[in-house]
Order: sequence, then structure tokens, then C-alpha cells
Amino acid sequence: MSPKTLYDKIWDAHVVDTQDDGTCLLYIDRHLVHEVTSPQAFEGLRMTGRTVRAPEKTIAVPDHNVPTTLDREKGIENEESRIQVEALDKNAKDFGVHYYPVSDVRQGIVHIVGPEQGWTLPGMTVVCGDSHTATHGAFGALAHGIGTSEVEHVLATQTLIQKKSKNMKVEITGHLRPGVTAKDITLSVIGATGTAGGTGYVIEYCGQAIRDLSMEGRMTVCNMAIEGGARAGLIAPDEKTFEYVKGRPHAPKGAQWEAALNWWKTLKTDEGAHFDKVVTLKGEDIAPVVTWGTSPEDVLPITGTVPAAEDFKGGKVEAAQRSLDYMGLTPGMKLTDIKIDTVFIGSCTNGRIEDLRAAAAILKGKHIAPGIRAMVVPGSGLVRAQAEEEGLAQIFIDAGMEWRLAGCSMCLAMNPDQLSPGERCAATSNRNFEGRQGRGGRTHLMSPAMAAAAAVTGHLTDVRDMMADAV
Amino acid sequence: MDKFNTLTGIAAPMPLVNIDTDMIIPKQFLKTIKRSGLGKNLFDEMRFTQDGKEIPGFVLNQPAYRNAEILVAGDNFGCGSSREHAPWALLDFGIRCVISTSFADIFYNNCFKNGILPIVLPQEQVDALMEDARKGANARMTVDLEAQTVTTSDGQSFPFEVDPFRKHCLLNGLDDIGLTLEKVSAIDTFEKTAAQARPWV
Ligand code: SF4
Repeated sequence: MSPKTLYDKIWDAHVVDTQDDGTCLLYIDRHLVHEVTSPQAFEGLRMTGRTVRAPEKTIAVPDHNVPTTLDREKGIENEESRIQVEALDKNAKDFGVHYYPVSDVRQGIVHIVGPEQGWTLPGMTVVCGDSHTATHGAFGALAHGIGTSEVEHVLATQTLIQKKSKNMKVEITGHLRPGVTAKDITLSVIGATGTAGGTGYVIEYCGQAIRDLSMEGRMTVCNMAIEGGARAGLIAPDEKTFEYVKGRPHAPKGAQWEAALNWWKTLKTDEGAHFDKVVTLKGEDIAPVVTWGTSPEDVLPITGTVPAAEDFKGGKVEAAQRSLDYMGLTPGMKLTDIKIDTVFIGSCTNGRIEDLRAAAAILKGKHIAPGIRAMVVPGSGLVRAQAEEEGLAQIFIDAGMEWRLAGCSMCLAMNPDQLSPGERCAATSNRNFEGRQGRGGRTHLMSPAMAAAAAVTGHLTDVRDMMADAV
Repeated sequence: MDKFNTLTGIAAPMPLVNIDTDMIIPKQFLKTIKRSGLGKNLFDEMRFTQDGKEIPGFVLNQPAYRNAEILVAGDNFGCGSSREHAPWALLDFGIRCVISTSFADIFYNNCFKNGILPIVLPQEQVDALMEDARKGANARMTVDLEAQTVTTSDGQSFPFEVDPFRKHCLLNGLDDIGLTLEKVSAIDTFEKTAAQARPWV
């Protein structure tokens, strides 16, 4: 048999049917659902009299619209948001799928809840009407976002019509330097390949620096595979993966655990398997990075300066000029001279316990700069509880930050957590598009430690300087 | 889904690269539980000021392009989120075809599910079409899906590739779910085998 990649193996294990032109019907093991991209799909089922084929494999949780303020049991003020969440409440009940309502302590961002509850397992196919489904690839699961028509298709048939993507390998060799995190890896990869660099591919991330990452860090890396244009990101499962999964509520137990483990251990790319594209970065070369523009590919080391539009080529010249105008930046200015108004720590990229620990380590015993608004939004109710138990929440509160309830929050600002026009934010989320965090809002993406450092100084900051003075 | 055969219409030039789904339809309009009515908010933050006035410079606000049915766009059109609201908004505005050098994967898929044809062409050809689109309302472009060609107002014709299965579905306005349900016995068989091989799933 010819050697296979990890992607080939998972794909082959899920093909239900292949047409002559190579279009396949792929079986879906887990279908995650949130309130924004699902109402029209459930409505479609109702209109055609169809049912959910495998409700036991379908998990729903509201996250995008939910308020994150402490008084949220009062309900959702915005009528449309409320209707959308109520529609999910009703659809979950009517169609009998697993559900974590807003009132449940396990509620949170769908991509944090799935792994946390053991729904996401190695070798699975996982889809969700959400592009950051790529996150689950950290477990060696083939996971990607789908549109609402496809949500309806999966609900009705538990399959998806797919053509296979090409294989791409992204290798991060060696070790990361102190102060450099999973977020810096994933942003640096996008900086190197561009936001369309992965289009048409499924990426497998490998190399020592990836192996060294915790499961949380691996989720951060895979989360942003989509910003690199890839259909999905994958990391082969290993002992760390099995350790993380073991004992989770929906993970296999007893004899099934052993059987699962036996298969999971085979889930790695064979020696000599073919990749259509290979990108290699040296772990030692990666610096703490920030974005300066309005595309996730606008990445620079924090030690850099704001570029000029003429530094780019082709269609990017106009886009760069537009970004500079929108972001209110002057070419040549030092990135560390960029003053910020707001700090947002959270999202499915960086809303897990390890992210909060990294931010708290910088903030401990410090206060945020005068005039800065800062919020920490844990990715799930359980992350929140753990952070409180570990004393992290108190560190944030003592530093002068808001300690919120779980949800997507200011990552996309569908709830009241928004930037106002011109407001500049150091954010740990994944998109810096125009208006993403509120109309006219300006977003700089970075790691939780970097965002914490910026909160303390009031401007973009090299976290390594702060680590030195902590010693 | 509406069928797509041939389309002759006005093409609007949008040379900007990386037009993302947040630009196509900002998140405040994702709160709907319907598929229709999104056209009035297409490109909202580029098209209107905060108090709802039209921004005259924006291409779809110019008299020549208000009835555009085709977009000619810069690289990597539709990047960002999986929101199908993006093709819904385009369709509701009246756009049935988008031409670019590249599209984001999920957006590209979503177009076909809604009767919109996304066409990928090499840079020089997109440049030529962009020039043609800049001529305004009198320059009508023709897209022929059956023949797989795009023809400019002055008769230059470019062939394009499209996946045969997707072409078939678009030409006939077929519903994917209906097609898949014809294969339900294959799904049943797969489920039985998988339940034995991976009972923990
Ligand atoms: S946290 Fe942000 S990126 Fe993640 S699912 Fe929510 S809105 Fe999407």
C-alpha cells in the first residue's frame, strides 16, 4: 500500500460513496451547532418534513449572541439576538440533540465545549457551521467549517458532499524561545504563506515545536488554519492527546477506550507519504508577533515598524493603503509606539485555561494602564470555574479588568461587547477585519501574554521586556 | 435553488483583494433567522455611512452598477467566516456570478448551494474582465455555464473550469439533500460497519 498522510487515513475511513468524478459522500461523526448559522437549516428540515438523522451525534450550544455580563440571567436585551438563541433552544428540544443552554455551567464557545466534554476525539470527522471548526484538528480529527445549506445536509443525512483537498505540511522545527507561544506560531505561518496560502489544502502541522505544545496550544494553532485559507488543520494525536481526552464525559471508557487507543495510535502520516506543498519555519526564528492591518496576514514581529503601501505588490498595494487608513497608522512608526484603548482576552483561539494562565502570569501584582478598558472572557463556564479556583480571576480583577461569563463576546461583537469607531484593541481573537469587533474598531491580534503586557503599559509591548523585569 | 444557464448582465469591478465575509455582510445582520432580505445590507459598511446614507464612491452605489449581476473581484474573495449570509446577501441583491483569481473554500462551496456561479480565472484574464467591467452599464458580460465561457462586451471569450457535478446541479437547480437521500442505503451500510469498527464514536 502506498504511504498515506494522516488526512488520507481519516478521509478513507469516512467515505460512504465515491462518484465517477471523484465527488465523495463523507460520513460525519460529530456535528456541532450554534445559534447563528443553524436556524435556516432547522427551518429547512421542518419545511421538507425531514428529521435529524443522528441526534446523538449532534451537539448544540449558544455562544455568539449571549451576553457575558454577570447579570445575564436577566435575559438578552437585543430582540433579534434573543430570538436567535430562543430558536436554538426550541430546535434543540424539538429535534432531540444534545444541548448546553445559556444557564448550563458547561455552556461556552462551541469549539471549547466540544473538546472539553470529550465530544471531539482523534480520527473523527467533525463539522460545524463555523469556520473555526478547524480548532478540533488539534486532536487529529478532520474538522472544518460548513455553510448553512451544508448544516441542513448533515442534519438530514449525517454526511457531506466533498471533494478531497490536497495535502500540505507545515513543519515548525526546533524549540520556541521564551515569550513565544502557539499564537505566534500560527500568526507567523499565515504571515509567511498569506491568507490564501492554504486554499485547497488540508494542513498537517508537525515538527518538534508543535509536539512541545500542550493541547490548548495545538488548538490555538489549528484554530487559525482557516485564516491561512486551509480547509482544515491537523495535528497527529500522541500521548498528550490521549491524556487530555481520557476521563472526559463523552470519551470512551473501559474496553472501548483500549480499542479506541489502538486505532488512534495508527493515526499518523506514514514515512514517505506525499505532500503537495511543504512550508517549514524554524521555531527559534519566531518572535512574538502582532498584526498591524486588517488581514490576518498583516503580521510583524513586535520589534518591527509599520510598513508603507509601496512595500507591497499588485492588488495588495491598494489593500495595504486601505488598511493603514482604516487602522490610523503612519508608515515607519514603531509598533511598540501604538497606543491602545481596549484589551480583549478570550475567543476560541485563546479562551482556554492555559491562555488565562499566561495572561495572569504577566498581570500578577500589576495594574492595567490608566484609561484602558480590559475584559477577560473565558471560553466556557468550566474554564471560568477553573480560573476562579486557581486564583487567576482575582489577579484579573485586582489588575482592574472585567471578569466575564463565557461566550464569543468581542471576538465578533454580535452581543453588546463592541468597540466604538476608532477604538483600538489588543485582542487575542483571530480576525482583524474591518468592523469585526465593532464598526470602525481597530484590532491588533496577538497572544494572551502580549495582550496582557499591552494592558499594563497602554501600548503594544514586547512581552519579553516585561518578563525580564519580572526576573 | 434557481437554475443557472447563461447570464448576460452588468459586471461591477471590485479590484480590492481579500474581500472578506465581514465586508460582504457585517455581523449585525447575521441575527436573522431567515435566508431572504439581506441584499439591502450587502457590503453595508462600505456602501453606507453610519447614519445610513449612501457612500457615492462605492461601486454598487454608482448609477452604472446599481443593477449589476456579476462581480469581478480581487484575489481571495469571500475569505473569513462560513456565514452563508454572504451568498444570500449577494443573491438577494441580484448578483448571480462572481469572478476572481481565487476564492475562499467555504464561500466557494456556499455559492453553488445558492445558485451563484463563482468563476476562477488567471490574473491576466481577470484583469481584462476588470477593464471591461470598468466601462459601465453599456458593457454587458456574458457567462455561459453550459459552454463554460465568459465573454466580454467586445467579444473576447475566456474558458473556465468547473467541477462537473457542481455544474450539473447548478444547470438543473438540483437539491443536494434530495440527491444524497437517494443513497440512504449506502449510508445505512456505512453506519453499521463503522459501529463495529469504531463503537466508541
Ligand atoms: S470566538 Fe470568535 S471565532 Fe470563535 S466561534 Fe466565537 S465568534 Fe467565531
